[in-house]
Amino acid sequence: MPTAHLTAGFLPLLDSVLLVLAREKGIAEAQGLDLHLVRETSWANIRDRAAIGHFDIAQMLAPMPLAASLGLTPIATPMIAPVVLGLGNNAITVSADLWTAMADQGAPGDLAAGPAGAALARVVAAGRKLRFGVVHQTSSHNYELRYWLAASGIMPDRDIEIVVLPPPLLPDALGAGGIDGYCVGEPWNSIGVATKGAQIATVKASIWQSSPDKVIGMRATWAEENPELVSAMVRAIYLAGIWCADPANHAEAARIMAAPAYLNADEAIVARALTGMLDIGGGTVRHVPDYFIPHASAANFPWKSHALWYYSQMVRWGEVSASPAHAEIAAACFRSDLYRMALAPLGAAVPASDYKTDGTRQTAGPIAAHDGSLTMGPDLFFDGRVYDPDALDAYIASQRQP
Amino acid sequence: MPSPDLSILIIDENRIRASIIEDGLREAGYGRVAVIHDVNEVARTIQATMPDVVFIDLENPKRDTLEHFFSLSRAIQRPIAMFVDRSDGAMIEKAVEAGVSAYVVDGLKKERVKPILDMAISRFNAFSRLTRELEQARSELEDRKIIEQAKGILMKTRGLAEAEAYALLRSTAMNQNRRLVDIAQSLVTAADLLGP
Repeated sequence: MPTAHLTAGFLPLLDSVLLVLAREKGIAEAQGLDLHLVRETSWANIRDRAAIGHFDIAQMLAPMPLAASLGLTPIATPMIAPVVLGLGNNAITVSADLWTAMADQGAPGDLAAGPAGAALARVVAAGRKLRFGVVHQTSSHNYELRYWLAASGIMPDRDIEIVVLPPPLLPDALGAGGIDGYCVGEPWNSIGVATKGAQIATVKASIWQSSPDKVIGMRATWAEENPELVSAMVRAIYLAGIWCADPANHAEAARIMAAPAYLNADEAIVARALTGMLDIGGGTVRHVPDYFIPHASAANFPWKSHALWYYSQMVRWGEVSASPAHAEIAAACFRSDLYRMALAPLGAAVPASDYKTDGTRQTAGPIAAHDGSLTMGPDLFFDGRVYDPDALDAYIASQRQP
Repeated sequence: MPSPDLSILIIDENRIRASIIEDGLREAGYGRVAVIHDVNEVARTIQATMPDVVFIDLENPKRDTLEHFFSLSRAIQRPIAMFVDRSDGAMIEKAVEAGVSAYVVDGLKKERVKPILDMAISRFNAFSRLTRELEQARSELEDRKIIEQAKGILMKTRGLAEAEAYALLRSTAMNQNRRLVDIAQSLVTAADLLGP
């Protein structure tokens, strides 16, 4: 097979791991791709350089292709996502000082989103002005943090200020007292714990189980012109996910990711998210087996219902107006059809539906699949709410600001 | 036609590049140019200078921070969006290639902003060229030093004249299909290891 050159942008975050492994383990090459990785300094650069074609593809925050397609970005180029880079990986980390206040208000320190949020709400109610950092406005982090705060009785923007900072600068900002907490992907939570005495208060896996975070995004026109490259790339990410999910490979994956060209971080810290063995602060280690899911639970499948969930949150926080046309554009960004087409030659099991309800599955179980069987992990929201994409308007209405 | 009344803000951690752009704009007749090196100062500066156009270098990791700040309408009196016109794809591409991003207040006419963007883009490109040339000159100088050292070693240990020493290095490099400076470096390293 002739090799095709493919340039991909990424940010130094653990969930660039499947892109990195696709290159470093020769997985992309086996699919006929000469994959070049370019590390960027901001999500804004990823967005702009992907939009003007400096990058063929890029690691993106899941809502980014939606924002581009809905015309919310400066270069309004329609973008699509045919594959997801994994589930989970984010956490909410707070300063030592704020953690002391939360613990005084009853936070148990077990990473459960409910009690941690309730304790934070009591700290806020006592009159403390807090500032939290997220990595980008249209990011899973922003929506997760806001979901957690709102469901805990804290109104974002009114009761708590939310600012934007790039991932690598968050631990320092916390240490310097500029922010009291942040929501970010690994390794930046663990680095905050290791270098700034911070505490991981809760994790994405507790706020919304088995939820997506990063995707591979690309211009819709480029994908149309290069269907074989898109398929090869989706296969490479899927196969990298299988390799990464094998516990026997965690140490090697951590070593590869820790290198200066990628995360440029301590190998032992990088390993925490891969193994789910998190030091949540003060040397207390907790095992969060679903902290980052690179393969299981159809982790790489771009559910259209998940695109619509992000859309619902964009509406909720006033970034886009609710309309059937907008919902249609949002759902069309996640290309489950391209995913299925790409995996067909592998004979891999793929979900039969493009939509699923989240918030009802309490334990792992099977879903309808083609070419085999698929087991999905639990998908509960911490506040017990159910998200049914067939009742999208009602879901949006129920979250409307008072 | 320049619009000297427009207020321009440059955000660049690279002080030399920032002053090159500032000089260019001032020479072109723009009198209201402010420069900051840290995005954290942006709130204060925006209130003080009310910029119509804001530049930030793409290496700056705080672009996301800046954009979020612009999106908070209460923070500034006039909305600021990226670039002058979404339809002007070529201009955006030129800017990103040069390594700069521009934000412009809402409602400003394209023809008023274009000369400012052109100036910033050309100065960014000029700065990159300068940096490249400087880097090249520096490495050439380093190379020459190593070759001089290697020549000296050959002249001393083998009693060669300077021209002969150079010819020997050159023919060795050609025979081994390697660069002259690499052969010279090997020789210098070997001589260091073997001692005086």
